[in-house]
Amino acid sequence: MSQSLSVRKDVWGDATTGKLGMWLFILIDGLSFGTLLIGGAALRAGAASWPEPGTVLNIPLTAFNTFLLICTSFTMVMALNSVQRDDQKGLVKFLLLTMLGGMIFLGIQVYEYTHFIMGSEHLGEQLAKAGMSGTKFLTTSSVYAGAFYVTTCYHGLHVFSGVIYIFCILMAAMRGRYSSQDYDKVEILGLYWHFVDLIWILVFTVIYLI
Amino acid sequence: MSDGTAHKQSFITKYIFSTDHKMIGIQFLWFGTFWLLWGGLQAMLIRWQLAYSGQPVPIIGKLLFGASDGIITPDIYNQIFTMHGTIMIFWAVTPLLSGAFANFVIPLQIGARDMAFPVLNMFSFWTFFLSGVILLASHFLPAGPAAAGWTSYPPLSTPVGGIAGHGQALWALSLTLMGIAVIMGAINYVTTVIRMRAPGMGYFQMPLTVWGIWLAAILNAVFVPIIAAGLIFLLLENVFGTQFFIAGSKATVEGGDPLLYQHVFWIFGHPEVYILILPIWGIVSDLLSVFSRKPAFGYRVTATCMCIITCLSAIVWGHHMYTTGMSPLLGKAFMFLTLLISIPSSVFFLNWLGTLWKGSLQLRAPMLFALSVVFVFGIGGLTGLYLATVTSDIYLHDSMFVVGHFHYTLAASVLMGSYAALYFWFPKMFGKMLNPLLGKIHFWGTFIPLNIVFYNMMVTGYAGQHRRLYDPYIYEFLQNLKPLNTQISWWAWLLGAAQVVLVVNLIWSLMKGKKAERNPWNAATIEWTVDYPIPHGNFAQMPTVYTGPHEYSNPAIQGRDWISQTEKLTAAS
Repeated sequence: MSQSLSVRKDVWGDATTGKLGMWLFILIDGLSFGTLLIGGAALRAGAASWPEPGTVLNIPLTAFNTFLLICTSFTMVMALNSVQRDDQKGLVKFLLLTMLGGMIFLGIQVYEYTHFIMGSEHLGEQLAKAGMSGTKFLTTSSVYAGAFYVTTCYHGLHVFSGVIYIFCILMAAMRGRYSSQDYDKVEILGLYWHFVDLIWILVFTVIYLI
Repeated sequence: MSDGTAHKQSFITKYIFSTDHKMIGIQFLWFGTFWLLWGGLQAMLIRWQLAYSGQPVPIIGKLLFGASDGIITPDIYNQIFTMHGTIMIFWAVTPLLSGAFANFVIPLQIGARDMAFPVLNMFSFWTFFLSGVILLASHFLPAGPAAAGWTSYPPLSTPVGGIAGHGQALWALSLTLMGIAVIMGAINYVTTVIRMRAPGMGYFQMPLTVWGIWLAAILNAVFVPIIAAGLIFLLLENVFGTQFFIAGSKATVEGGDPLLYQHVFWIFGHPEVYILILPIWGIVSDLLSVFSRKPAFGYRVTATCMCIITCLSAIVWGHHMYTTGMSPLLGKAFMFLTLLISIPSSVFFLNWLGTLWKGSLQLRAPMLFALSVVFVFGIGGLTGLYLATVTSDIYLHDSMFVVGHFHYTLAASVLMGSYAALYFWFPKMFGKMLNPLLGKIHFWGTFIPLNIVFYNMMVTGYAGQHRRLYDPYIYEFLQNLKPLNTQISWWAWLLGAAQVVLVVNLIWSLMKGKKAERNPWNAATIEWTVDYPIPHGNFAQMPTVYTGPHEYSNPAIQGRDWISQTEKLTAAS
């Protein structure tokens, strides 16, 4: 692009303007997640009791979801690797796999939410163990429930945006927009996707495991 | 597009969904001006209530508060001061500084063709616009807009707290959207300044205006996401019935915590005041130099001090919370850190005086406003010390003293600084000069009432008047403040009326104003090397920078007292 006239090459190594922008966004977004997680931790610190891990939330299911999301990080790296080798088919294949992984992740999250919102006798028993009443696990159930929903939903929105983002890049990739000379947009997409993965590992640890 | 030549654009791509930083800047300018007038009108209404408590508002009263025969009821009063604060900070001053002037000035002053992400820039404005629409819509809810103060502390701001209606939810929603818009802008400004500077433009060749706006953008990038998360909590509280911030019977088991919101709010809220004032510091530093015909005194020190303040501003939020029951030990630490800020602040304040010292002052309209910032910011800064100190703050907290103090720093300094910037860059924005005589009338009409109003607010606060009382005179000890409050109100209305002069000046100058020369102020920065109208892409030939931003009265220059940053000093002599 003719924009290069006004771009300084001598600072920040070879990072392009777009990459710098994405890193800034990641810093910003990380801070918003940080506030949600630390806010949740502060509420927990002030609480007299807090449900034991695994009483309400389904750890094995979400562990599978976590594994899935980590796998999509791998496929994203493979997509970048493909475009760097000018392997157009590989790029499209791995972007498609990454998008699919993201969609399955969202599907499982929706299943989990539905299960909580519809409620069941079994869920009611589990909730009673954790000191909550009723057979449904809702935002109004407790501060714990609120913290669970706000953090996972905020992350889910990021995965959802990520899936749309991948779809846009995928469309361009299918038209042969990227090559080993010009793959900046794929790399920036990768930055975002890896960030969403990394944040999920933190969310999974804080909300589900401890 | 980026080759610097003009090209055909339709009306919609040129004026509405424009990606040109100059047009987006102008869009922000009108957007901010609209809200400034709206928020100003609300200030006039607050003053009516404090002067003529419980009497119907004349002329516009019936129109605005028909249900109560033009009388401002306690509920309406709460809504008005809440909206006044919210609008002035987030929808008037933020778009003017971090929207209009940041957009217009950054690429022109660093010699770039446009912002790093022009499309993101467009989205930033339209997201901001949408947030404004939502906020405006909340005024028309059956139960009225938010009414828990601009800080919206829970439990007042939650359904449990008893404020009826959905105003608070819309408040949180519109503020979150505004945050997203500001974040888009911040990503743009930070990246642009890092990557798009013209050849030869090092960080220490940048005008201080760019320094100020850049640092403010960094603060925006770091702290707006934090309040956005806090607002998401608050939104869920209002819409989905969570109880994060409720310390009730339920919370004794589960630990809802109203203080959590206050911490999150002020972790953002204190940097926010620097987000507002840093661009002004930069603009004033540059303007003082231009109109004293002297290099800015201690340029590098000023820039460094602004950086230090930017860092310190992140760790002083607790001074807003001395009286909340926070640990006194923490209070002491926050007091120490807060008072530390006065050191770099004093340094660059002295640098301003150093710039003025023995300068050839030209008292043109932008300079008058810039000089008034030096004065009002001095007062605002000094009165801050009483609030930073725990012992005096415990008495002064939540009184009109606080109101007077932050109006001196935010309303007076930021507003006067914005006016200075407006008078200064108007010729480059619209190709016309603002009328200097009307400018001076506007200046004195603003400066004198403003000082009387805000100074006396501090007096009433010192006498014990709480900041948010609907009718202070139900308390016997405040009854003798009624004459003073009435006088403040009359001066405040004069202050409001003086802004009509500005509006008249804007309209008159746009229609019939004198055509501006390329460089009417003989300023050295790059934006004055291009002719109005500046084409999409700004520069026909990319500028190269040879000198600093304040080359005035250099003895080596022959024939005139300044050279542009794009000229070689040796070539001119």
